[in-house]
Amino acid sequence: MKSIAKFFLTQIFLLVFTVAAYGKGSHFVYCSEASPKIFNPQLATDGPTFNASSRAIYDRLVEFKKGSTEVVPGLAESWSVSKDGLKYNFKLKKGVWFQTTKYFTPKRPLNADDVIWSFNRMRLSSHPYHKVNQGTYEYFRSMGMGKLIKVIKKVSDYEVQFQLARRESPFLANMAMDFASILSKEYADQLTKTKKMASIDLKPVGTGPFVLDKYVKDTIIRYSAHPKYFRGEAKTKKLIFSITPDASVRFQKLKRGECHLIAEPSPIDIDLMKKNPKISVKEKPGLNVGYIAFNVEKKPLNNAKVRQAIRAALNRESYIKSIYKGYAQVAKNPIPPTIWSYNKNVKMTSYDVAKAKKLLNEAGYPKGFKISLWTLPVSRPYNPNGKKMGELIQEDLKKIGITVELKTYKWATYLEKASKGEHEMIQLGWSGDNGDPDNFLSVLLGCDAVKAGSNYARWCHKPFDKLVNQAKSLTSQSQREKLYKKAQLVFKEQTPWVPVAHATVFRALTNNVQGYEMSPFGTESFYEVSIKK
Amino acid sequence: MFSSGFIGKLGSLLFTLWILSLVSFFLIRLIPGDPVRIMVGDRGVSEESYQEIKSNLGLDKPLPVQYFVYLKKIVSFDMGTSFITRVSVWKEFKEKFVATFELSFFAMFIAVVLGLLLGIYAAVNRGNFIDKTLMTGSVVGFSMPIFWWGLILILYFSVRWELTPVSGRNSVFIDIESVTGLMLIDSLLSSEPWEAFKDSFQHLILPSVVLATVPLASIARMTRSSFIDVLSEDYIRTAYSKGLSRTQIYFKHALKNALLPVITVIGLMMGALLTGAILTETIFSWPGLGRWLLSSVESRDYPVIQAGIFLIGSLVMILNFVIDILYKWVNPRLRV
Repeated sequence: MKSIAKFFLTQIFLLVFTVAAYGKGSHFVYCSEASPKIFNPQLATDGPTFNASSRAIYDRLVEFKKGSTEVVPGLAESWSVSKDGLKYNFKLKKGVWFQTTKYFTPKRPLNADDVIWSFNRMRLSSHPYHKVNQGTYEYFRSMGMGKLIKVIKKVSDYEVQFQLARRESPFLANMAMDFASILSKEYADQLTKTKKMASIDLKPVGTGPFVLDKYVKDTIIRYSAHPKYFRGEAKTKKLIFSITPDASVRFQKLKRGECHLIAEPSPIDIDLMKKNPKISVKEKPGLNVGYIAFNVEKKPLNNAKVRQAIRAALNRESYIKSIYKGYAQVAKNPIPPTIWSYNKNVKMTSYDVAKAKKLLNEAGYPKGFKISLWTLPVSRPYNPNGKKMGELIQEDLKKIGITVELKTYKWATYLEKASKGEHEMIQLGWSGDNGDPDNFLSVLLGCDAVKAGSNYARWCHKPFDKLVNQAKSLTSQSQREKLYKKAQLVFKEQTPWVPVAHATVFRALTNNVQGYEMSPFGTESFYEVSIKK
Repeated sequence: MFSSGFIGKLGSLLFTLWILSLVSFFLIRLIPGDPVRIMVGDRGVSEESYQEIKSNLGLDKPLPVQYFVYLKKIVSFDMGTSFITRVSVWKEFKEKFVATFELSFFAMFIAVVLGLLLGIYAAVNRGNFIDKTLMTGSVVGFSMPIFWWGLILILYFSVRWELTPVSGRNSVFIDIESVTGLMLIDSLLSSEPWEAFKDSFQHLILPSVVLATVPLASIARMTRSSFIDVLSEDYIRTAYSKGLSRTQIYFKHALKNALLPVITVIGLMMGALLTGAILTETIFSWPGLGRWLLSSVESRDYPVIQAGIFLIGSLVMILNFVIDILYKWVNPRLRV
């Protein structure tokens, strides 16, 4: 009897505690932070969706050069811009094949029809696929592309012309963004015939380096290399996204070798990761800014001297140490130093309580006042702990007689109320979309952005707006740079925000990963990544 | 054909379901936060585009109309499509439910078996060292911060001693086709049944233990106090005087009566486990109902929240019904 019990106990122990072998062969495992919303970047705005769709499955006419914000050819081998800056002609590469999947076999390579189809779906409400899957195209719209593109013309099978409603220099950078991914018209036609139109965004077909094999929501995404990829087949034959929402668990999985690369490591784990001999940590100055916006429509924040006083009273160096654990730099401009046209000559406002008091006195508030500050309810690289930063700001402003009341709401409510201008002072931030200064200056501080709800300072300053709009219409980068530099000086003088920090971004990977480079946009590309044997 | 009692019960069931549909529809709309604003994020969008997106999602219609559309869909068993993933809510619910069921079932199994045994053991050893240790342990278990507890177990069992995997439902290197959605069963139907089953089982251990911690503590405490009460009853004394063995008294006479309040706790706990495993699901990357609902509330994905609350509510109602029947089986006095 005892020996039977012993046998069963041994069997149970073996079943429970014999660990299966992990980390096999040519698989590359990326532990991502969330499930993709959908497999079409036209319909999304979030990083996890872009990594799982646009970066793995699709390509765009132009791309950002690996690890930089420079625009280089993608599906287009070259492009030309008309003298008036209103016409962009893209010449397509020949012999680019869409992926063969269980549900689609392409009969022809990519051509102009695919490009026109992809953009028209987003911009024309009459397009048969426009409303499929409740298409809302938020990103395309928020970049103003719907109104900007007037006509898309097929010049030949391998040439497409985009006619714009106005001159807009950031257009090319916009075309490298995720929403500008190219889908297959031939596949769409097949789905129309079989009345399975909704599958276009759920069972994707692209020209990209990886073919989607399987997706289990909140669990796993499996890909295999696209054998006919136009740049050559990827080194990694099997790519796996293991969806792991908790950052500390991702770290444990990395330590255990269950992932090769993890998304968004938590700043508090960085030091531990650096000490681990099996892990390497990559870091890059982020394309971001964390800031405190003043609602200039409300008193006393409509007074520039008050805003300047608050800026001088904030000890931002101490925030970098305690909130960002030193992994950030104090910001002086609304754009990060990694973006061209960053004005180095703008003088940093140092922490100076006496000066702050003097400015407040000049503004007519010698005894200070009461004000509310909304603290960021979510953790973001540009502000990992809004509440703590709020408390530090509260302490700093107390020294110049300003009593700060801290408020916060759930993220959804926060954004909704803020876009209506219900706040006084508010913490927010921004991560760049396309590496163009316009993507910060116009989107966050332009007069049009007040109406759109993304200018949280509700600051519509004509001289600044004029400079930014003028720069947008020029094609020469050096001329644009001059205007943006001037705009940053106006920003400094007017102080609609206190720019707080540009956070460093991190990625952690196992030591046997080769060919990985961080993107300034925070998205991941796995085409050149492989595992050292 | 039907008794009036049955018709009455059916009527009250339908009425409760209708109330549930009202609550699930209006509750989420009472919370501030516009789904369209969340979709566009902090980028903002022009008023014109905002209105178009709203109309595409059917949110421009008056609330009573939206409610009527929702009600019509429920009646035809169509739960709508998620705003975010554009996948049928019904399909998503089924996947999530099965994952949560598998986890909750195992957690409850651990909690009930261990909870009953420990509770009885503590009760018969009332007041001595073992009882005190067990009850202190149950207080610790009951007040354990789940997130911390989960991470500690991962740190030791998975990372330091390499005994169990860190998270997930199965290893990423084993591809199991979903047939039933229950990983243990599907693994047995795969090409390498033994390897796959072992792997899935290993993945189930830590999350089940973490999820079982709180119910285990409650069940153990409840069993102990209920058992002590029953042991002081006259009929137990009679049983002793008749010379019955302790095992007979405990398991034949005392246990059935002591179980009554314990079943209530189990029923409540089971309902809570189905929906309240959010933390465990997050730590162990378990794709279950809790996380699904939480993320849909965050993104104000109305169709998912409405259907999710409605379906889970219906499920808890069914569960309560089953518990009622169990009650009557355990306690014949309630059958009248």
